[in-house]
Amino acid sequence: MEHHLILRVVTKILVGPILLYGLYVQFHGDFGPGGGFQAGVIFAVAFMLYGIVFSLRELRKLVPDWIVHQLIAIGLLLYTCTGLVTLFLGGNFLDYNVLWSVAYKGQHYGIIAVELGVGITVFAVMLAIYYAFAGRPPQLDDKDW
Amino acid sequence: MLSFFSAHSPLLAIVIPLLAAPLCMVFGNKSVAFVISFLAAAASFALSVFMLLWVKDGTVLSYHIGGWAPPLGIEYRVDTANAFVLSIVSAIGMLALSYARTSITTEINEKHHTLFYACFIMCFTGLMGVTITGDAFNIFVFLEISSLSTYTLVALGAEKDKRALSAAYDYLILGTIGATFFVIGLGFIYMATGTLNLHDLSQRLPEISDSRTVRAGFALIVIGMGLKVAIYPLHRWLPGAYTYSPSAVSVFLAATATKVALYVIIRFMFSVYSKDFAFEAITFQYVILPLALIAMFAAAFVAAYQINIKRMLAYSSVSQIGYMLLGLSILNVEGVSGAFVHMFNHAITKGALFMAIGAIVFRTGSALLPNMAGLGKQMPWTSAAIVVGGLSLIGIPGTAGFVSKWVLMSAAFEREWWPIALLIVASSLIAVVYIWRVVEVLYLQAPAKESVVQEAPLSLLVPTWILIIATIVFGLYADFAISISTTAAEYIMQGGFGGKEVIILGVEGR
Repeated sequence: MEHHLILRVVTKILVGPILLYGLYVQFHGDFGPGGGFQAGVIFAVAFMLYGIVFSLRELRKLVPDWIVHQLIAIGLLLYTCTGLVTLFLGGNFLDYNVLWSVAYKGQHYGIIAVELGVGITVFAVMLAIYYAFAGRPPQLDDKDW
Repeated sequence: MLSFFSAHSPLLAIVIPLLAAPLCMVFGNKSVAFVISFLAAAASFALSVFMLLWVKDGTVLSYHIGGWAPPLGIEYRVDTANAFVLSIVSAIGMLALSYARTSITTEINEKHHTLFYACFIMCFTGLMGVTITGDAFNIFVFLEISSLSTYTLVALGAEKDKRALSAAYDYLILGTIGATFFVIGLGFIYMATGTLNLHDLSQRLPEISDSRTVRAGFALIVIGMGLKVAIYPLHRWLPGAYTYSPSAVSVFLAATATKVALYVIIRFMFSVYSKDFAFEAITFQYVILPLALIAMFAAAFVAAYQINIKRMLAYSSVSQIGYMLLGLSILNVEGVSGAFVHMFNHAITKGALFMAIGAIVFRTGSALLPNMAGLGKQMPWTSAAIVVGGLSLIGIPGTAGFVSKWVLMSAAFEREWWPIALLIVASSLIAVVYIWRVVEVLYLQAPAKESVVQEAPLSLLVPTWILIIATIVFGLYADFAISISTTAAEYIMQGGFGGKEVIILGVEGR
């Protein structure tokens, strides 16, 4: 894509706002439409756009595979651990009320933590799928079968 | 501390393995991953048995996730039936994991071992979750968790045999169709009732049972789950998936995946929908019963012609699922309890057989019948395990297989369905044929020249023999399984998701 000047410049302009919009959807999720899943997808889209225009190799330098794999696990851990924290604070699993002295604030922080976990995992899974498809060897040799 | 565990036992049985999967990936070391996943499965098993002993008299445990009371909130609901299934799944999962440590060394590239354990324990979580939850949509979510990880696990067999890829793809397509049908069916009954809680559904459905939406929902749910159960004409995915997946995965899938799906069908047919609905009785009489009988014979015949032993056992599974469905179609307490007993007995028998075949594959690299000639002398313990497991599959007195066939037959006698009882015996005779073929090759044929095969390592033999001994123990002391299954069947046949009393676990009130 070296010669596609317009694409490169537009991508550079777009990536920032897409990331920002992803974060907006992420942290707006507890008040209105939005949340971790959508935010994770939008966030991953910015990276994919970068990968499509500036080559997968550049993107993999930026976000190596092992980080993507760890992020998948970390998101789920964040989710589960939020539940375990509420458990140890004396509530049921994912009962956010016990997270703060005021119940509604507990709900607020609890949902943010859980949605962040969802967002991280969805982002990483999206990127992992993109890596798997875009980075696979072009064709299976007949001898491989 | 102990009260903490008992108060949260339904939840911890699911969350501990759910936590184990990402931990395996974070540590990224195959030994650590093995220890974590095994401990998680063991903890889950301990909690399941603890709950089973608690609810075996018909008590129901209810746990409200997030402190939100059902029907609005998601509820984990444990009664005798699903505590029994939970114990089966977690026991087999634990044994299959201990078996996997050695068996995957020859089957899966070493760099994938960590991910294998993560996937395996994720699949375990999914199956346990499907069983324990009292919320219909939650069943779908956990079903997808278990299915997606199963497709990966099956595909991991590709390093040994590339056909695992097409088997996994078949399973992916058919499994997804099944899950889609199921969720559309849920959509229909949600539209008709406005609730997704299983207990609440069972209260609301009777008054609108003649609505077309409710009936369409029933059809979609039964067909969707039927694909997962591998009810006879919907079993296309099963032989490939069982044959080409790594041995430990075959063990786990064959012993648990179809059982869990069958449990969901039972739950929907008897608890959510009622057997008193006219269309359901017709479904049983004209659809499920004939298909069950066809499965018992057709699949067994096909099994008798297989050269690949894993494929033979897979077809035998389809035929055994026929027995369980037959038990349901008899539509009395004995029949349903027979289905539950057979679920349990078939799980340990088939698990043991797949483990023994896995040990042969581990040593000889092949599951083809001709390559096993004369192994009876070279691998005496493994071959003996196949013989005992085979006897249990046939249903010889003294083994677990006999108990369940006996219960099924007495259920048929009670309805005075003599021909059905005869057919149960007749189809067992076909099992004699396909088991005998293996025994003959193992013991009566001379081994190929200059073939030196060692006995399987202890790490494979011990889990195999634990299950083999279990088939004998539960064959001789049948009371345990029968009494639990009878209690489970009694409360299931009453309809609804209730029991003797409902205990709300967890922290109550705020």
